[in-house]
Amino acid sequence: MEQSKKSTQDNLLEVKNLKISFKTDEGIVTAVDGIDFSVRQGQTLGIVGESGSGKSVSTWSIMRLLPKNSIIDENSSIQFQRKSGKTVEITKLKTKSKELREIRGGEVALIFQEPMSSFSPVYTIGNQIMEAVLQHRDVTDQEAEEIAVDMLDRVGISNPRQRFKQYPFELSGGMRQRAMIAVALSMNPSLLIADEPTTSLDVTIQAQILELMNELQKDLGMSIIFITHNLGVIAQVADEIEVMYLGKILERGTTKEIINQPKHPYTKALIKAIPRLDHLGERLTAIQGDIPSPLSRPVGCPFYTRCDDVISGVCDVKMPEPTHLSDTHTVYCFLHEEKDV
Amino acid sequence: MSDTLLEIKDLKVHFPIRNDSLFGGVENYVKAVDGVSFHIEKGETLGLVGESGSGKTTIGRSILRAIEPTGGKVTFNVDDESIDLSQLSDKEMRKFRKHLQLIFQDPYSSLNPRMTVRDIIAEPLVAQKLAKGKEVDERVQEAAALCKLNVEFLRRFPHAFSGGQRQRIGIARALVSNPQFIVCDESVSALDVSIQAEILNLLMDLQEKLGFTYLFIAHDLSVVAHISKRVAVMYLGQFVELAPTKSLFHAPKHPYTEALMSAIPEVNPDIAMTPVELKGEIPSPINPPSGCRFHTRCTYTQDICKIKEPVWKEVEPGHFASCHFVDTLNLQGVEMSSPAKSPLTGKN
Amino acid sequence: MTSNNYPTLPPPEKDLNESEEAKRYYSASQFQLIWWRFKKRRIAKIGALVLIIMALSGLFAEFFGPYTGTTRVSESVLVAPQIPRFCNSEGCTLRPFVPSTISKRNPETLRMETKVDPSVRRDIYFFVEGEPYELLGFFPMNTHLFGVEEGTIHIFGTDSLGRDLYTRTLIATRTSLSIGIIGVIIAFILALIIGGAAGYFGGWIDYVIQRLTEIVRVIPVIPLYMGLAAAFPKEWSSSQVYFAMTLILALVGWPTLARRIRGKLLSLRGEDYVIAANLAGASPSRIIGRHLLPAFSSYIIVDLVISFPYMLLSETALSFVGLGLRPPTVSWGVLLQDAQTVRAIEQAPWLFIPALFVVVAVLSFTVLGDGLRDAADPYQV
Repeated sequence: MEQSKKSTQDNLLEVKNLKISFKTDEGIVTAVDGIDFSVRQGQTLGIVGESGSGKSVSTWSIMRLLPKNSIIDENSSIQFQRKSGKTVEITKLKTKSKELREIRGGEVALIFQEPMSSFSPVYTIGNQIMEAVLQHRDVTDQEAEEIAVDMLDRVGISNPRQRFKQYPFELSGGMRQRAMIAVALSMNPSLLIADEPTTSLDVTIQAQILELMNELQKDLGMSIIFITHNLGVIAQVADEIEVMYLGKILERGTTKEIINQPKHPYTKALIKAIPRLDHLGERLTAIQGDIPSPLSRPVGCPFYTRCDDVISGVCDVKMPEPTHLSDTHTVYCFLHEEKDV
Repeated sequence: MSDTLLEIKDLKVHFPIRNDSLFGGVENYVKAVDGVSFHIEKGETLGLVGESGSGKTTIGRSILRAIEPTGGKVTFNVDDESIDLSQLSDKEMRKFRKHLQLIFQDPYSSLNPRMTVRDIIAEPLVAQKLAKGKEVDERVQEAAALCKLNVEFLRRFPHAFSGGQRQRIGIARALVSNPQFIVCDESVSALDVSIQAEILNLLMDLQEKLGFTYLFIAHDLSVVAHISKRVAVMYLGQFVELAPTKSLFHAPKHPYTEALMSAIPEVNPDIAMTPVELKGEIPSPINPPSGCRFHTRCTYTQDICKIKEPVWKEVEPGHFASCHFVDTLNLQGVEMSSPAKSPLTGKN
Repeated sequence: MTSNNYPTLPPPEKDLNESEEAKRYYSASQFQLIWWRFKKRRIAKIGALVLIIMALSGLFAEFFGPYTGTTRVSESVLVAPQIPRFCNSEGCTLRPFVPSTISKRNPETLRMETKVDPSVRRDIYFFVEGEPYELLGFFPMNTHLFGVEEGTIHIFGTDSLGRDLYTRTLIATRTSLSIGIIGVIIAFILALIIGGAAGYFGGWIDYVIQRLTEIVRVIPVIPLYMGLAAAFPKEWSSSQVYFAMTLILALVGWPTLARRIRGKLLSLRGEDYVIAANLAGASPSRIIGRHLLPAFSSYIIVDLVISFPYMLLSETALSFVGLGLRPPTVSWGVLLQDAQTVRAIEQAPWLFIPALFVVVAVLSFTVLGDGLRDAADPYQV
């Protein structure tokens, strides 16, 4: 079956056959193993995965923000459509090139889990937003300050003029996360990568941040890649969900498809493993065994070691081909492959 | 049949803040736990939820005297005796520790990387001289088996294990001395979802088999609700509500509980989230707000809330709350079990 | 509950299916892990090798050197280094030899001048009998690693009194390294007690000790050395001066170590696994012995190795300016005293060879310390 016939024109980002490995003392570790995904204009792509799934690595590579010992395979392709309409191949850019610098921050912005470490402790919040603005936009200091204050106001920080003069340590965790979003959005990026942005926050604050991000997306029309391990969070923000496990995508579909009709045994198990308030007292369905170490990654489907429906002699031999269940819903599992197995 | 195992009366933990003078005089206190009373029944799980800074971890640790309580009584009923833990000397306490254990949050930092798994699990036995020679190994092996650890693992060091396995080692250490009471301090929050479910199941199985009593502390309401018989909600060093789990989630009596529950991200994409808005952030526990501590963020706040501290009262049998408007507010709970409607568990 | 209340469960994972290598890694202790990581650091290994060679040649200086430290050959004063060779104008042999030299006073300049006479070979023999000495101070021996049958051999040259510089440098290596070792050990014991008390007890004890170490740390080092060294009575024997020196080095060196030990202890005290041991009912002595000290040992080793060069350099500097060890004790600093004058630089540059040893030793300690530090915490990934 052909990949969905939708025109690729409205794809802001198109990643093909992305493979990333790391050179370590213990040898070469493959963190992301040949994945494809795309992000459409104005949409939110959610990536769910547990530790070691490669969800962060695969997205940080879009900004080429990977450690020095990382290797992006030469057959990998990351096509990003710039604001000018031109499409660039990010894997081919030099790490110090002007174009990459313009894209970083200017067109692709990143927010992550620990807001404290993303700010320099010696400058005020306002200063840091201003600096970001000045770097990517042709404005005077005065205008940059206005933009910064406006941005702080927009992310729901009260007294933005006063907060502008405060240092990061003077803000609470939730406020810092808002400020980080303000920095990220001040350049009006077309793609925002949110890497577990609410994981270290309390639930009440998390709910506020999620609401804020949904609102801002409506207003600014950017695309978002939202990375998390929490299915509840992703169900609330994403249009499409991709389920990753040990460097592979196992299932992809719209949020409703993934949550309401999961097809991959891993996705099913993951959903069942969440304790839910409306099913108190029921025993949780745990997934047997542990996540294998990336150093000893299983051959074939990475999930076969823990899968209840494993077909021995098949699953442990090769990675299944994608099965397209609908235009949007794709699963990588032999259980669903056309009956030629 | 409801035997009280642990009775906590007016527990207070205040941490002094020292100033910069030569001998560091005390300037003020962080009132991490400020007058909390409750009891835990034998064999039950009491859940304790609260946001960061609410003092929930401090409660757990001060009961075990990992942190010295500033005031209050912790009465422990064991072998037909009632012992006030806060009055024991360090030495007496050390002897008593076999009855009390803690399961940590971080499965990495809580195991000494320089000891074998066998020595880690054996520590309570050896340190308190509860067993000798072969018996130590027998009991360690039994504890390991209960936590589904392979005997082969005992010779290894912690660096050989994943987070879930390490947490099982931590649990084996906690149960090897055959304690009555175990504090689980965010014991599953650092784990991946699939591993978390397994550890929760393990904790529940062990309780069933060995009759443990848990104080289960977590910030994740769904997890707490899942494992607990009763749940206490904590805010700024005090309890705001304590009730049997179903009653608490179905019909909360305190606005803070309502807000917390409404903020849980809903997995079902067909149900839109409508979080109750909490104004601002959690205030500092150094100078908690006057009157009701929650009034600065409460949607239902009125003048009286700023002045008068609400009373902790039993609204329904076993359901306690401290709010001036406990009888008049009609708060939103969570819809309980409607499996037919939910596509999540309806299908296999 | 008795133990038979436990149900017997079958082992959960049927077969572990692991490679031998993985098994070995999983049951490796702390020092094995450190060693495996250290082995991968080539420069650090070279440093360690150099230091081992230095220490051995210092320990058996009289055996490796053809003479003793005090042998004076009056006819060969300020002889330039004689480099062993295999060939001369008459051809090559397998046995190395040094060409014969003749020292003569130049009648015009009144300087001693050495002339090489390439026609006369002095063959080098191994394990030859020579001047008697006591190996390690105990075993009387007279076998030397190498020597010549006639005339003399001075591969590093001689000093102004005609003593063999090579032998003396090896003896100096022993003195300087040993003074460093003893100094570091004394400093370390002081630091462990003082810093350990501060870190373990905390509170006002910590406060007082902290202020005390700060006071010691702000005293300028050079005047302190000078004051202490000047206080050595002139009539002290060289061994008394030697021990006094180690004490001075230790007294100046402990505060830095003590502060690090305190800091490490404070952070360890808050570790979850130490709290866990407390909750398991472990006594303070068990916590220190089983948890704190082992966690500490790798840091201690690294710290000791890193603080070594400071001791070496201090000793050399002090002896060089005449405040430390004095002749007849031989140390690197004492040897370098001879190289203080312009005349020495001009006429006998080989007197600087001991300085080369200082540089190599300090460098080796530094690279070894770096390698150990990287390897010492095997649990950080």
